Amino acid sequence: MGAQSESGRQATAAPIGPPCAIELRGISKAFGPVQANKDISIQVVRGTIHGIIGENGAGKSTLMSILYGFYRADEGEILIGGKPTAIPDSQSAIRAGIGMVFQHFKLVQNFTVLENVILGAEAGALLAGPLARARQVLGDLALEYELDVDPDARVEDLSVGHQQRVEILKALYRQADILILDEPTGVLTPDEADHLFRILRGLKEQGKTVILITHKLHEIMDATDSVSVMRRGTMVATLATRDTSPEQLAELMVGRKVLLEVEKGPAQPGRLVLDIENLRVRDDQNVERLKGISFQIRAGEILGIAGVAGNGQSELLEVLGGIAYGTGVVRLNGTSLDLTGHHSDGQSRRAQGIAHVPEDRQDLGLIMDFTAWENMAFGYHNAPEYQRSWLLMDNDAIRADCARKMARFDVRPPNPALAARSFSGGNQQKLVVAREIERNPDLLLIGQPTRGVDIGAIEFIHRQIVALRDAGKAILLVSVELDEIMSLADRIAVMFDGRIMGIRDPATTSERELGLLMAGMGEEAKGAQ
Amino acid sequence: MMEKMPAWADALLVPLISLLIAFVISGLVIFAIGENPADAMKLMVTGALGSTYGWGYTLYYATNFIFTGLAVSVAFHASLFNIGGEGQATLGGLGVALVCLLIPWPHWSLALLGAVVAAAAFGAAWAALPAWLQAKRGSHIVITTIMFNFIAGALLNYLLVNVLRPKGSMDPASARFPDVTNLPGLDQVLGQVGIPFSKGTPVNISVLIAVAACGLVWALIWRTRLGYQIRAFGKSEKAAIYAGINPVRITMVVMLISGALAGLMAVNAVQGEANRLLLNSVEGAGFIGIAVALMGRNHPFGVFLAAILFGFLYQGGAELALWTKIPRDLIVVIQALVILFTGALDDMVRRPVEQVFLLLRKGPR
Repeated sequence: MGAQSESGRQATAAPIGPPCAIELRGISKAFGPVQANKDISIQVVRGTIHGIIGENGAGKSTLMSILYGFYRADEGEILIGGKPTAIPDSQSAIRAGIGMVFQHFKLVQNFTVLENVILGAEAGALLAGPLARARQVLGDLALEYELDVDPDARVEDLSVGHQQRVEILKALYRQADILILDEPTGVLTPDEADHLFRILRGLKEQGKTVILITHKLHEIMDATDSVSVMRRGTMVATLATRDTSPEQLAELMVGRKVLLEVEKGPAQPGRLVLDIENLRVRDDQNVERLKGISFQIRAGEILGIAGVAGNGQSELLEVLGGIAYGTGVVRLNGTSLDLTGHHSDGQSRRAQGIAHVPEDRQDLGLIMDFTAWENMAFGYHNAPEYQRSWLLMDNDAIRADCARKMARFDVRPPNPALAARSFSGGNQQKLVVAREIERNPDLLLIGQPTRGVDIGAIEFIHRQIVALRDAGKAILLVSVELDEIMSLADRIAVMFDGRIMGIRDPATTSERELGLLMAGMGEEAKGAQ
Repeated sequence: MMEKMPAWADALLVPLISLLIAFVISGLVIFAIGENPADAMKLMVTGALGSTYGWGYTLYYATNFIFTGLAVSVAFHASLFNIGGEGQATLGGLGVALVCLLIPWPHWSLALLGAVVAAAAFGAAWAALPAWLQAKRGSHIVITTIMFNFIAGALLNYLLVNVLRPKGSMDPASARFPDVTNLPGLDQVLGQVGIPFSKGTPVNISVLIAVAACGLVWALIWRTRLGYQIRAFGKSEKAAIYAGINPVRITMVVMLISGALAGLMAVNAVQGEANRLLLNSVEGAGFIGIAVALMGRNHPFGVFLAAILFGFLYQGGAELALWTKIPRDLIVVIQALVILFTGALDDMVRRPVEQVFLLLRKGPR
């Protein structure tokens, strides 16, 4: 690995070359004892798409926050267009020509597109003039970059993909020359993502510079000209994209060889475990989020639910896990589950053999201030082996059990007395997965099993899921990562707007077909098959 | 990530430094009104801690504060801010009075048992409605419990004037309890084991109940399944629901326990000291309990220590008012400074101390 990264560095460190849009020299930033960025130097060539890839916690977001003036670097300097530039706040970043598209959009939902675009750049007390000017500029930009959005539409009525375009328009309206996108495809369908990359290429052709932060290897390979890899706060390599491979990038990110493909044999479905008929769920605002869903899962089978986030997947997991309520019929091993919440909750579901790895481990799956061992009893605090008497818990037994499970799931550091929040995202997830899988459930509900989890841990968690399947358990897998669904699931159900648009076999379907289903276009998907 | 500083520094060093700052500023204030701070401090210490007589009062006050402090702490572990200790203790007093007046007790020990049950039950009952409103309707517990303080005060006023007041008495107070219900003082208890202790102080056997309550609350929070669920619910209601912990049940149970603890204060103040029900037997101890819980970091041992500190401030303050020209109001100022620095301005001390520990840790490497 050393030799490759050395040669990569030399390639971009060559003294003569195209001018740099941004150059960072020796940037360091520490938060207390944690060194988030360590002596980072990087040159981004004007008119290119430059990828920054790294695992969660590698320091990507900190670096970008320094560029956008949210944090101030402890050491090092930023050169924009060859000139040393101080960026103490985001206003200075905008003046320096830097535009940022955040993972979580910063749009006013009940404003129109036009109003959002001029927000913060109103230029005067009256709005009529700037609005007219913005309408003109927006029209030009739409033509130039395929960025067509109705300027008078309210943002709340726009799809996520269109909202993202508004964010890009906002940056361009402020005459950004350098556009930074932080994990832009997390919320997009494959089609929307493709469109985004077309827009980015168009920007590049017009001489803009794009920095793309992502953890998805294939996006780096598809969209970028050069790529920098970060690991534990340091920049380990900068490479020309055409000279590298996903395998090499993964190895650079993790620091060791990783398997990108999940090794699994064919499924051997057995008896019927989960049988769902016409399941409906309403949310607090009485909006129907699940609109009559039916499917079945057999023992020894993984059913993957694909779909863009927010199309009812969370509600499906929650109603099955006893957190949300609904109507319809759900049978587990032939017995009907209570969906009303009157006679059921997370406890009764666990007693019936359902384990649940929730989508949001930090909000639901763990108590972040609790120690690892306390979290190991979370949801299973009534388990007989954890009790000393009818009143007292057997904390020693829980600690011992936790130590055993941490060892089996290779949780690091293997210290049950450490608070959950002191573990990395991947190790937190391993704690949750260990707790749920080791209970040997009949049905495992698992949502976003590898969100924010580093590649090394992804590999491990995937193997555990497959092992549970091979032990004859039923698994309902929800993930917004289509790659993950494609490689893990034995059957794929695609959800859109609270409905199941179709169930496909991963061996015979394509990403394109699934993408159309995810966008709610069932008819076109049939054509694509 | 590593811990910022050792646990002992977090639990003891930070409050001690805060306390020191509060005392220094108090000293400046005393100096400013023309008195000698050193003399005043000496008077407070000898008055409150220099004799078993002083200790008798200090511990009497501390007993009240332990109960109300524990009440706030228990609720706080469920992220419920019970500031209704005042009202719950008032109702506890009503329970104690009814039990002592209406039942012909054969022995003080049985009367104590009856009073404990009644005080806890009445205090819990007074917390039950705010708890139910919070659990079922989402009415904020801070608002409802503080309103219930006023209702409790008005209710007691009505009962004392119209129902419990003996015929012909001009005093809004109940009749004196029968002598058999009088609790043995701490001097009698300690006398049994040969330790001399001043007679004529209000501290009584309930101080032992308070200490036992500290132990029980500790076990409840960190050793029982209920305590586990309380803490989980307090850290994250969403996660608790995921784990199948019923928020309504936990809210109700926690508030009942909290109200019962606050109510128990009346055993000390009403049965142990006054021997009759007075209009204002709680005397603000319900609110002091908040400061005690804050300073004690919601840990029973911390509550115990903080309660003794506030008992010292109460008794020492009374001594100051008695022997110097320092006005009684200044005692309130000192107490307020202690609450301000140990509670509200905690971070002001904590941050620099953390920095020092970080430097120390980095230094030797």
